[in-house]
Amino acid sequence: MAIQTKIVSRPELNLWEKLYIPQVVQGIEITAGHFFRNLSLHILHRFGLLRHLRAAVTLQWPEEWRPLAPRSRTRHRLTKREDGSPRCVACMMCETVCPARCIYIQAEEHPDPNIEKRPKSFVIDLGKCVYCGFCVEACPEDAIRMDTQILDIAAYSREGMVLDMQELLNPKSARILSTK
Amino acid sequence: MIATIFIQAILAGIVLFSVISFAALHTWLERKQSAVMQDRIGANRASIFGVRALGLFHPIADAIKMFMKEDYIPPFGDRFLHTLAPFLSMTFALVAFAAMPFGDILKMGDLEIPLQVAPINVGLLYIFAMMSMGVYGVILAGFSSNSNYAFLGGLRASSQMLAYEITLGATILGIVMIYGTLDLQEIARRQGDLLWGWFPKWGFFVQPLGLFLFLVAGIAETKRIPYDIPEGESEIVGYFVEYSGMKFGMFYFTDFLETILIACLTTVLFFGGWQVPYLNRAGFYFPWVEGGNIPVILIPHTMVVLLQVSAFVVKVCFFCWLFMTIRWTLPRFRYDQLMRLGWKIVFPLSLVNLLATAAVLLL
Ligand code: SF4
Ligand code: SF4
Repeated sequence: MAIQTKIVSRPELNLWEKLYIPQVVQGIEITAGHFFRNLSLHILHRFGLLRHLRAAVTLQWPEEWRPLAPRSRTRHRLTKREDGSPRCVACMMCETVCPARCIYIQAEEHPDPNIEKRPKSFVIDLGKCVYCGFCVEACPEDAIRMDTQILDIAAYSREGMVLDMQELLNPKSARILSTK
Repeated sequence: MIATIFIQAILAGIVLFSVISFAALHTWLERKQSAVMQDRIGANRASIFGVRALGLFHPIADAIKMFMKEDYIPPFGDRFLHTLAPFLSMTFALVAFAAMPFGDILKMGDLEIPLQVAPINVGLLYIFAMMSMGVYGVILAGFSSNSNYAFLGGLRASSQMLAYEITLGATILGIVMIYGTLDLQEIARRQGDLLWGWFPKWGFFVQPLGLFLFLVAGIAETKRIPYDIPEGESEIVGYFVEYSGMKFGMFYFTDFLETILIACLTTVLFFGGWQVPYLNRAGFYFPWVEGGNIPVILIPHTMVVLLQVSAFVVKVCFFCWLFMTIRWTLPRFRYDQLMRLGWKIVFPLSLVNLLATAAVLLL
């Protein structure tokens, strides 16, 4: 099949545009309009007026945080039963599905005969995690979720990025940072 | 004699201080104004003990940073010329302000102080001479860096500056013809005359095309967008590519000084300098009421001078704002477009303007 080419013609400028000056004036009109609108809004904000109109799109991180969508995948947490023990039954589904192989679970027998197993240790290495959310999808018990809205994950060492079960059950923001 | 020298020294100090502070403030203005124009907030994190003051400490932080940086002189570059170039640029931009009238005569007792550092009767020529000397800084910077990029940048810059310098000169000839003097103080004073008995004879009204061409050429003279081919901060490296630290800062500073200089010139030549409409040495007068030039509202002399100086400052600030807005609105010209605009459009137009003015004056 012959290659179809579409010839796009250059837009011809009319005389008004070629003069350039009207265009310059138009441009300055736009920028100056923004300038005066934002400047007066900034001044009004100082006096506590019209606060609902934003004068700038800038978010002043870290004082001001960008609101996250509820469905965005953030740091993991393990959900709990009513008595506070983890819901996880150590079925290893998440460990199996994890494409980054960053979940490490050790199972042990659950004291309650109705429940087969429980995790003895449950470790996620966030340094490897790719935040794909497969672990959440795979879990048959709704025991792992990624809805903590914690994004400020940083550490001074690779070991620092490893979360143990204690931390996963009680997620705290910026814990990793504070413990190096 | 001693008193005159003393007064001149004080005046020079005041002008130098205000011009330099205003230029430093320009870095703040540039950041903040561009931010507000683009719906941003702009640099506001530099703080002293938690006081941020709208980012006003950023110029200080800049200066500290530039002083701390390594002052690098490229090997095989010319040490002496390399160091000299930024000083030349900045000095010539600064001394040009000496001839700028920022107020009428201030009377203190029986002393009459003209508010102008150097009352030269060819002030306009002097300023233009100093502005042309600024090209030396640019050429030397490009030449002494021993870098092809800087060299080409210097050539680009000097050809642009020369091209627009000529236009700049041709555009103001109309003003010179109308007011019949090269003395800036006198030009400012004559703009207080009235047209048809009621309209202040400001330059922009008698020379609209002249004003327009002057702005076009003047912005080119400041080497800022849309004429920033000499620098081309991010893409085509310019003549100060081999400069670092405060020497680079001085080139940057020169741009701001030139912006202020062009703003001052526009004010003096086209917007009446320190003139406030219908204000003469004794107070406000209203020519259309009975009695003509006799002031209706009397104002003490110091207040009049203060009003005039602040009028000058306000006008200059407005033009600085306008230049900044233009700088943050337009894209850069290509080099051939720039040269074509300069030689084929702006320059002939300024000659036409000159001829038209001459014809009108003759009739
Ligand atoms: S989000 Fe993906 S990579 Fe991270 S632990 Fe879950 S399955 Fe593994
Ligand atoms: S899939 Fe759910 S229940 Fe199974 S081990 Fe993972 S977290 Fe526990």
